[in-house]
Amino acid sequence: MSTQKTATPEQLIIIGNGMVGHHLVEQLVDSGALAQYQVTVFGEERHRAYDRVHLSEYFSGRDADSLALCDADYYAVSGVELRSSESVIEIDRNAHEVITDQGRYPYDRIVLATGSFPFVPPIPGNDREGCLVYRTLDDLDAIRAAAETATNGVVVGGGLLGLEAANALRGLNLDTAVVEFASRLMPMQVDNEGSELLREKIEALGVQVLTERATQRIEDGDASRHRMVFQDDKVLETDLIVFSAGIRPRDQLARDCGLEIGERGGVVVDNQCLTSDPAILAIGEVALWNQSIFGLVAPGYQMAKTALSTLTGGDSHFGGADMSTKLKLLGVDVGSIGDAHGNQNPGARMFRYLDPIKQEYRKLVVSSDGKKLLGAMLVGNNGVYDTLLQYYSNGIDLPDEPASLILPQSSGAAPTLGPGALPETATICSCHNVTKGDICATIDDGAVDLAGVKGVTKASTGCGGCTALLKSVVDHELEARGVEVDKSICEHFAHTRQGLYDIVRVEGIKTFTALIEKHGNADTHRLGCDICKPAVASILASCFNEPITDAAHIPLQDTNDTFMANMQKNGTYSVVPRVAGGEITPDKLIALGEVAKKYSLYSKVTGGQRIDLFGARLEDLPDIWSELIAAGFETGHAYGKSLRTVKSCVGSTWCRYGVQDSVGMAIQLENRYKGLRAPHKIKFGVSGCTRECAEAQSKDIGIIATENGWNLYVCGNGGMRPRHAELFATDLDDEQLYRTIDRFLMFYVRTADRLQRTAVWRENLDGGLEYLKEVILEDRLGINDELERQMQTVVDTYQCEWSDAISDPEKLKRFRSFVNDDRPDPSIIMTSERGQPRPA
Amino acid sequence: MTAMALKKEMDTMASQDSKTWQKVCTKADLVEFSGVAAWIEIAEGPAQVAIFYLPGDRLQGEGKPLYALDHFDPFSKANVIARGIVGDLKGSAVVASPIYKQHFRLEDGQCLEDESVKLQTWKIEFKGEEVWVEG
Ligand code: SRM
Ligand SMILES: Cc1cc2nc3c(=O)[nH]c(=O)nc-3n(C[C@H](O)[C@H](O)[C@H](O)COP(=O)(O)OP(=O)(O)OC[C@H]3O[C@@H](n4cnc5c(N)ncnc54)[C@H](O)[C@@H]3O)c2cc1C
Ligand code: SF4
Ligand code: FES
Repeated sequence: MSTQKTATPEQLIIIGNGMVGHHLVEQLVDSGALAQYQVTVFGEERHRAYDRVHLSEYFSGRDADSLALCDADYYAVSGVELRSSESVIEIDRNAHEVITDQGRYPYDRIVLATGSFPFVPPIPGNDREGCLVYRTLDDLDAIRAAAETATNGVVVGGGLLGLEAANALRGLNLDTAVVEFASRLMPMQVDNEGSELLREKIEALGVQVLTERATQRIEDGDASRHRMVFQDDKVLETDLIVFSAGIRPRDQLARDCGLEIGERGGVVVDNQCLTSDPAILAIGEVALWNQSIFGLVAPGYQMAKTALSTLTGGDSHFGGADMSTKLKLLGVDVGSIGDAHGNQNPGARMFRYLDPIKQEYRKLVVSSDGKKLLGAMLVGNNGVYDTLLQYYSNGIDLPDEPASLILPQSSGAAPTLGPGALPETATICSCHNVTKGDICATIDDGAVDLAGVKGVTKASTGCGGCTALLKSVVDHELEARGVEVDKSICEHFAHTRQGLYDIVRVEGIKTFTALIEKHGNADTHRLGCDICKPAVASILASCFNEPITDAAHIPLQDTNDTFMANMQKNGTYSVVPRVAGGEITPDKLIALGEVAKKYSLYSKVTGGQRIDLFGARLEDLPDIWSELIAAGFETGHAYGKSLRTVKSCVGSTWCRYGVQDSVGMAIQLENRYKGLRAPHKIKFGVSGCTRECAEAQSKDIGIIATENGWNLYVCGNGGMRPRHAELFATDLDDEQLYRTIDRFLMFYVRTADRLQRTAVWRENLDGGLEYLKEVILEDRLGINDELERQMQTVVDTYQCEWSDAISDPEKLKRFRSFVNDDRPDPSIIMTSERGQPRPA
Repeated sequence: MTAMALKKEMDTMASQDSKTWQKVCTKADLVEFSGVAAWIEIAEGPAQVAIFYLPGDRLQGEGKPLYALDHFDPFSKANVIARGIVGDLKGSAVVASPIYKQHFRLEDGQCLEDESVKLQTWKIEFKGEEVWVEG
C-alpha cells in the first residue's frame, strides 16, 4: 500500500452512498489513502449512508439519525466530499467525466457502489397510488403515510425481504397478507418441510399466506382501494401493496457506458473488483463476481476492502463469500448455512429433526463420510446456529453422532461448541472479517473488555448477527488470561443484581450493612454507592417488604424514596396519591383540590390517569399527606421502582362495546400489586374489549377483555423505546390471571438487571418468549409455587408507607428542611402561570 | 421568636470576619450514613450546610465521622446536597447529588466528574453529643 503524497491527488469518485460505498470511505480514511486520492461521493438519497440491514427498525422507534452509519460531520471532518441528493446520470469514459443532475466532474478512478433496486413485476396497475417498495427510508415514509388511511395491506413476494415487509405492515396495524408466486415461502433458503412450518407460524401471527398466486392485474377495488386479480380469476382486495419480488443490480450507468454486464444483470468484476474498464471498480450488490450477486452486507464489505487494496496498489483478492444467514422474520427464527438444500454436493447425507409441537425444524447436510458439515437449515429456533456455522466454516470434525447437534437438549444432545474449541482462524464476525485470532490479538494488545475489542476490530457493528458469539469469545479469552470478566454491579460487589438477589434470599440477609460486611469487596470502604444501595434496597423490599423508611433502609434510598415524593428541579417535591384504575369519587377530587389550594400546589392530570400536585416543600409533605390520608388516599409510589398505575378504560359498566368490567379488574390488580418493589417501575393497562382504549399493549402487563375472560400481554413499553407487549396467554379467568401475573412479576423481580424494564429484560432473555412461557405457564424450572408464595408475602405485608411515616415521630424528623431552624429554604421562589404556581 | 435569632445569641460569639465554632444540632438530629441540612452563620450571612454522619471507623483510620459541605448543588442550582446518597468511590467517601447524580468528595468537596467544580467545606466535630461547625 502506498501512502506517499503525490503532488496532485487523483480524483476518485464513489457513486452510491449506501452501506458498502460508505464502508469503502471508512477504509480509505482509516488507511491514510486520502493522501493519494481526492474523494467525492455521490448519493442519490437525501440521507447520508444508513444501516439498511436494520431498516425495519425505522418503524419501531429508530429515526434516520440513529440509523446513520456515521456522525453528521464525519465526511467533512475526514476531508471527503459527500454530495447527497445528487444522482449520477452518465459516465463519460472518453472525457473521463462523471455527469450528474447538477454538473460534470472529472475522474481518475470510479467505484460503482449503486446497490440494487427492488424488482416490481410488470403487472398492469403496478404503478397505482399505494403500490410501493421496501428499500429506502423514503420508501418507508411512503408506506407509513399510505398506511394511515389503510386497514389492510399485501406484500407481493414471500422471500426474506417480503416477510420483513409483512412484519412492518403488521406493525402498522394493517391486516396483512403475503402473496407468493412459488409454491412455498422462502424457496431460496428453506425446503418444503421448513417452509410449511414457517407458513404455519406466520399464519398463527395473523398474516395470511397465499402461495402459487400470479397476479395478473391490479384495478380499482370495491371495499378497498385496490383489487388484485390472480391467474385463476380469484381476487384479493387491499388498500396498500408492497412489492418485494427480488432485487436487481442498479447497473444502468455501467450498461450505458459499455462496461461488461452479466446475462441477468450486474457489473462484471474480477478478483480485484475491477470492471472491464480498469479505471472503474464495482462493489456491493451491483457487482457480479463469478456469476454471482451477493445480496448481503458482509460480502459487500469484503469487496470494499478488496477495492481499497486495488486502489492503493495492494494485492488482496475477493474470493467469494459465505451466504450463511440467520434471521428473525416476523419473530420466527430462520437460519441457513452453506449448502442448505444439500443439492450442491453429490453424495451428501442429511439428518432432519422436526418437532411439530414446538414447531421447530432442523436439517444437517453432512459429507458422505459423516465427518464434515456441508450445510444446515433451521426454522423456528436458531439456538444452534452459531455452533453449526463454526463447524461449517472452519471445517471442524463433526462428533460421532452428528444428529446430536440438532436434537433437543434434554435428549442428551451434544453440548454447543464452546468458544475455547474454536481454532484461531475461525471467523467470528463475517461483516468485518474478524477472526478469533484477531480478537485474541486485540486482547493481548491491551483491550480489557467487550467494548474495547469492538472499538478496535469493529466486530458486531455490521449486521449484528455475531453479537452473542463475539461476547462469548471475548469473555472466554479474558477469563483464560485471568482477567475476571466484570459483571459486577459496581465496585462494591463482585456480583450481578441477580447474584445479590439470590444471596439475600438464600442467606436471609435483611440489611445492606450485613450484606456488604459479608459479601462486599474488601478493597473499598464498604459504604456502598448510589448504584448498589438503591438496588439492594429494592431487593430487600421485594424479599421482605419492610417499610423503606426504617432506619436501616433510609441511607439506601434515592431522595425520591426517602421522602416518598419525586424531587423536582428546584428541590421541591411532587405528590401523587394512588387513584386505582383511574376511578375517583367527586369527594376525593374535591379533597385533592382543597389540599392543592391550601399548600399552593400546581395541579396536573398525569399520563397515568391520576393527579400530580407539584411544588410541595419538604417540610410540608407530612401535613399534606396527613390531610390526603384523612380523605381516604394512600401513597401512589410515583417515586418508587414499583407498581405505578393500572390504566383502565371504562369497560362494560358503561361502554356499549365492553365485554368485561375493566375498571373493576384494574382496581383489583392495582390493589394486589401496589407496593411491590421491582428492578424498575411497572405499569399495567386493562381494556374492556379489543378496541383497547387503555393502551394495554404498551404496558409491562397488558390485559384485554375477551368474551371468555382475559388475554394477557407482557413486556410492552412506552417511553424512550416503545415496544408492543406480546400475547402471553388467552382467555384466562380472574384467578388464572392473578396467578400468572404473580409468577411473571416475581420471575422478573428475581432475574432482571437493575433499572431494566420488562421490555428490555425480555429482549435480553435467552430463549425469549417461548422460554418465558415454559417457565411461567409450564413450570419448567419448578419454581412457580415459590414465586406465588413470595408474591403472597408481598401482598400480605403491604402497608401505605405514608401512613406508616406520619404516625412515627422519629421518621417525621427526616422531613425537616433544616435540623436547627424551621425557616423554609428562601431560594425556592415561585411565580404564577395560567393561574397556577411554577418555579421562577 | 425565630430559632435563628435564638441560635445566634446562644451559640456564636459573633465577630465580623473571623471564623467561629458554632453549635448546630445534636447527634440525635443526624441520620447514620446519610445527610441532614442546617443553617450556619458565616461572615457573609446565613449559609446552608449539608452534614453527613458516617459512624464507626468506616474509612479505616483515614476518615472522620462528620463532614460539612455546601448544601447548594451547582449543577441543578438547588439546595439539595444533604439529600443525596452517601457512599465511597475509588477510595474516597462521596455524596451523589440527588438531581443529576454528580459525585462530590466529602473530605474536600471536589466533584469527581468535573475537575473545575468544588463545594465549600467546613470543619465539623462532635463536642459530646453536640455537633459543632466552624463557620
Ligand atoms: C407525571 C408524569 C408526566 C405527566 O405529567 O403526565 C411523569 C413524570 C415523570 N416521568 Fe414519566 N411520567 C408520567 C407518565 C409516563 C408515561 C405514561 C404512562 O405511564 O402511561 C410514560 C410512558 C409509558 C412507559 O413508562 O412505558 C412515562 C415514561 C417515563 C420514562 C421512560 C421509561 C422507559 O422505560 O422508557 C421515564 C424515565 C425513567 O423511568 O427512567 C420517566 C420518568 C419520569 C420522571 C420520574 C422523571 C424524573 O426523574 O423526574 C417524571 C417525574 C414525575 C414527578 O416528578 O412526579 N417517565 N412516564 C406521568 C406520571 C404518571 C403517574 O400518574 O404516575
Ligand atoms: C429491508 C432490508 C433488510 C436487509 N437485511 C439484511 C440482513 O439482515 N443481512 C444482510 O447481510 N443484508 C441485508 N440486507 C441487504 C443489505 O442492505 C445490502 O446488501 C447492502 O445495503 C448493500 O449495500 P450497497 O452499498 O451495495 O447498496 P445500497 O445500500 O443499496 O446502496 C446503494 C446506494 O447507491 C445509491 N445510488 C444508486 N444509483 C445511484 C446513482 N446513479 N447516483 C447516486 N447514487 C446512486 C442508492 O440510492 C443507494 O443509496 C437487507 C436489505 C433490506 C432492504
Ligand atoms: S376498550 Fe372497548 S370497552 Fe374499553 S372503552 Fe374502549 S371500546 Fe369501550
Ligand atoms: S457478522 Fe455482521 S456484524 Fe459481525
